[in-house]
Amino acid sequence: MAQKKGGKSAASDDPEELARMPLQAVLLADTFNLKFRPITLERPKVLLPLVNTPMIDYTLAWLVSVGVEEVFLFCCAHAEQVKEYIGNSHWGQSHAGFSITTIESNFSMSAGDALRFIEGKNVIRGDFILITGDTISNMSLTEALQAHKDRRKKDPDTVMTMFVKRSKPMPLTHQTRLGNDEIMMAIDPETKQLLYYEDRFDSSKRAVTLDKSLLADNASLYLRTDLEDCCIDICSPEVLTIFLDNFDYQHLRRHFVKGLLHDDIMGKKIYTHEIDSSYTARVDNYRSYDTISKDIIQRWSFPLVPDVLYAGNRAQMRLQREGIYKAPDVTLSPSVRIGAFTAIGSGTIIGENSSVSNSVIGELCTIGRNVSIDGCYIWDSVTIEDGCRLSHSIVCDGVHLHTGATLEPGVILSFKVEVGQNITVPAYSKVSLLPQPSKQDSDEELEYADTNSGVIDSPSIASISPANIEHDHVSSFDTEQSVLLEGGLSGVGYIWTSCETGNEEEWRYSVAPIPVEKLKEFYAKMFDEDESSSDGEQTGITHSGELISESKSTDFDDSDGEYKGDVSKFEKEVEETFERALGGVAEENVQLEINSLRMSFNVTHAECAGAVFQSVIKSAIIASNSSKSNLLKATIDAIERSKGLLSYFITNVDEEIEVILKFEEMCMEITREFAPIFSSVLHQLYDKEVITEDAILKWESEKADADESDKVFVKQSEAFLKWLKEAPEEDDEDE
Amino acid sequence: MDPPMDFQVVVLAGGTSDKLSPLVSKELPKALLPVANKPLLSYPLELLEASNLKNIIVVVEGDEAATQVESWLSVAYMDRLNVEVVKTPGDVGTVGAIRAVAPFLISTDILIVSGDLVSDISPGAIAATHRRHGAAVTALFCPAPVSGGADSSTSGGKDKAKKPSRCNIVGLDPTRQFLLHVVSGAKVEKDIHIQKRIVRAVGQMEIRSDFMDAHVYAFKRTVLLDVLEKENLYSIKQDVLPYLVRTQLRSEISAKKENSADESSNGATKELPSEDININSAVPSNQNLRWLSQHREIAPSSYQDIHISDCDKNKSRLAKKTHKCCIYLSGKTQYCARLNSVQAFGDINRDMLGEASRITGYTFSAQNNVVHPTVVQGAKTTAGGQCIIAEGTILGDKCSVKRSVIGRHCRIGSNVKIVNSIVMNHITIEDNCTIQGSVISSNVQIQERASLKDCQVSAGYVITAGSEYKSEPLTKR
Repeated sequence: MAQKKGGKSAASDDPEELARMPLQAVLLADTFNLKFRPITLERPKVLLPLVNTPMIDYTLAWLVSVGVEEVFLFCCAHAEQVKEYIGNSHWGQSHAGFSITTIESNFSMSAGDALRFIEGKNVIRGDFILITGDTISNMSLTEALQAHKDRRKKDPDTVMTMFVKRSKPMPLTHQTRLGNDEIMMAIDPETKQLLYYEDRFDSSKRAVTLDKSLLADNASLYLRTDLEDCCIDICSPEVLTIFLDNFDYQHLRRHFVKGLLHDDIMGKKIYTHEIDSSYTARVDNYRSYDTISKDIIQRWSFPLVPDVLYAGNRAQMRLQREGIYKAPDVTLSPSVRIGAFTAIGSGTIIGENSSVSNSVIGELCTIGRNVSIDGCYIWDSVTIEDGCRLSHSIVCDGVHLHTGATLEPGVILSFKVEVGQNITVPAYSKVSLLPQPSKQDSDEELEYADTNSGVIDSPSIASISPANIEHDHVSSFDTEQSVLLEGGLSGVGYIWTSCETGNEEEWRYSVAPIPVEKLKEFYAKMFDEDESSSDGEQTGITHSGELISESKSTDFDDSDGEYKGDVSKFEKEVEETFERALGGVAEENVQLEINSLRMSFNVTHAECAGAVFQSVIKSAIIASNSSKSNLLKATIDAIERSKGLLSYFITNVDEEIEVILKFEEMCMEITREFAPIFSSVLHQLYDKEVITEDAILKWESEKADADESDKVFVKQSEAFLKWLKEAPEEDDEDE
Repeated sequence: MDPPMDFQVVVLAGGTSDKLSPLVSKELPKALLPVANKPLLSYPLELLEASNLKNIIVVVEGDEAATQVESWLSVAYMDRLNVEVVKTPGDVGTVGAIRAVAPFLISTDILIVSGDLVSDISPGAIAATHRRHGAAVTALFCPAPVSGGADSSTSGGKDKAKKPSRCNIVGLDPTRQFLLHVVSGAKVEKDIHIQKRIVRAVGQMEIRSDFMDAHVYAFKRTVLLDVLEKENLYSIKQDVLPYLVRTQLRSEISAKKENSADESSNGATKELPSEDININSAVPSNQNLRWLSQHREIAPSSYQDIHISDCDKNKSRLAKKTHKCCIYLSGKTQYCARLNSVQAFGDINRDMLGEASRITGYTFSAQNNVVHPTVVQGAKTTAGGQCIIAEGTILGDKCSVKRSVIGRHCRIGSNVKIVNSIVMNHITIEDNCTIQGSVISSNVQIQERASLKDCQVSAGYVITAGSEYKSEPLTKR
């Protein structure tokens, strides 16, 4: 019905569209993030069951219901599995209601890459719907599609209509419900044009800054935090071209939407469409997996509910009283207690005196006696022996829990993991048969999502050193044998450590409900944040020292030439490059990379030299293991090692002075441990010919009329300076 | 007026504003400038009287001006209103003026009205809104004038954009009852910084640049006095209001005082249930409904939550001090203007003759004009539509008056044309003069065949015979 209306009006006056265009959709069957690891190492996210039906079925069913005729299914990770699934399911058949074409790419790292790849395929001919394979919706498209087409006719610069949904305007609600963060949007009340978009990556700032031109063009606008992004868009074909032109766009929202809004050069416009009564949500993390599963069981997503939408080959579940779904061939012992809002798949057997509540149990599971299951998601063919207690966990296919095992809230057991007798798996553990990749091989850009998690994530990323990760690896399970290890665990599988956010942040996205004290903390923090903002006029000032670097790093989004923030960002980038260099990248490549960074951040040579030097010093701190005695030696080593690099970037006296000043500044602020050995390091720099005598003397004279407090290091180096002044005379005498 | 009144009104009448030169002088302070032949100050005073707000303090800048205003008030209002005049030195700003009257302020809430407000918005409705919400401050905003900056308090000659002039930027909650953000003065032209938590508190903030601060504020007295203790405040509009709006979720106003104020206000409201009902009917009905529905819901928005929770755990450690800043938006049909420039003086006079004639209180005749019965008109003299001619004025033969105001006891010769002009009192215009778009102050003598176009003539000026002036202010040396 939807496409009929849209098609008709388009055909009426646009000759180009006279031949009625079939409605196309691009379905991204890869979310390009790691939030569902370790499960997604073995199975693509879109095939994970949501109330016993793979997520992608919900998305496809919705696409059929809104009248989409051609679906381009983009798969990247585990492409074969997705293809195989589609091939075997009824979606691939001719009677499915649409044609489905899989596009496979193995090197796409982001949604941006995917769209660029699809553009290359040249298959999109008109407006299309862009959706990810983990979105559950039952909304109608008709109105929005029509509105989008009308807008397109009026203004060809309209490229996208974003669906948004109203929600309660509290970060707390966002956190407890879907585990996502609030979005701040400015929307024109008349045209619904999106004027400003801000997600949590800017949220370290406590104030929103709207450009004055926004109000100059619009007499009024709405600034809203009560909207949720539905992650469904109607796009014009130009979207693909824009992605092609801006090859650095990766993320749909963070890069594409913000890019279009902040750089007016393109003049492209994005509109929003607010839905009110229908259901839309995206499974973005374990928390939303939990929430959405419950929503489905409670039939908010009707008609996408378990007793309607089921395409498996086993018996379908039927709805009974109290929101209990049960397949007809479930074997329950009479003493089993089934609580409300529970789904039990076909062929599952549950033993005596067990209780199940608020849970989803898959097909062909065997559950023993006296087992208690609360708020769990148990997938197919799981064996749970007698006396196990499970609460708020996800248990994947083929897992075996031996007698008396206990899963504390938030546990994720990936495929075929075994938990030994009477073992308690600690809260928020993630266990998989596959070892955790020791080094995060993913694109840094993608990790950004998890590392830089805004104000509320107080532990800094830096605090989790590589050594830490290594250590945790040792304590993981021994594979293959069920032996007892020092942790008292037996079974099969590795415990993954969460290196992204640290264990203390696990509650945020976990499948388990947020503990009360964490909620309180979160709530209190929300207010503390408010409290500490001294004055509304002074914006963007962080309230605690720790966060300064984070807030600076997010500054780069306002590309209006605020280079102040850029320099620190630049320094960070250089540091990262440098760290990679220590890992064995050839020096020329590092030089090249830093040079290109310098150009892209538009910083001066001197600033660049300072940044390189800072990286060297920082590497020395890491190498010294923060013991003071080793520091000088480590510094000398570091300088020796990077001599080539330093001399490449430090070419003239000005840059040398900059380096000294930088070092001085570091000693006063970030790396105070260097303060006592300032003059020794200076001497070393001189010895290694990184810095010339001229520069040092000039530095001294520059400092001559500075404040007393600024002269600490000059004084410290007095002896060295004196020696320097005398030394040349000796040289002269020699000649 | 024996019991302490609920609302005390402070009218800031100003002194001899530079912006209105050459119209105002020591003899004629701004407050007494005739608008449609009535002193400017009479407009706010009558408005207040209509809302039964009779306890009024008028603050005047400068001694002479104060004397003048006082003597006028004693004649015009002594028996009707309880008016006191307080004088302040010039150039102390609106905050300075309030500081001067602070010792006289005794009632729970204070209404501050600018003395140059010409409007038909009921101050009673604003007071009611204020009371209803228990707000710390309630401010009146009206749609900004579409052309030219009438509210050019920052710079005199702003370029006249075609768009509504941007006087203020305001942030409103979805029900348009709370003032969440306000920018005024020079900051209007800059990027807007909005605190996130306040947006978060309401979920949806409407930001508008087409409203203007009309200089009518209702303050809780305790709040006002607290704020006055702070330094570096000069203007209510640019300093006090933004400050209160900014700090509304982390109020620094001492809780103790607040509580006592609440108690006393509770006591006060008990006494005055009838006024409350009255006042409700003065509020546009839809807003009233909204208010009701808002109160019926348990938790309409988290903004309310914060306020509610504030009340609940007032004593607990987590208690967040908040105060409410409310806004009263004037309706589209209501008239609201401030006379703070020569341009505005002309505009308001014309509006009084045309669209806002209801405010003047005159009854217009069938010809759509007001001609006092004592006016003597010569043969073939016509007074067109939208004219006001006051008592004792004598017009010669073949005169033509269109869209103009002519004051008392003027003597106008023959064949004089007065179009789009304001002629004050005791003016002599000799034969064959043409006056267009001009303002002629009192006691001016215009000799024959003079022609004035878009001029402002100061009091007592003599324009010589046959002279021609265009777009000039004419001031007596």
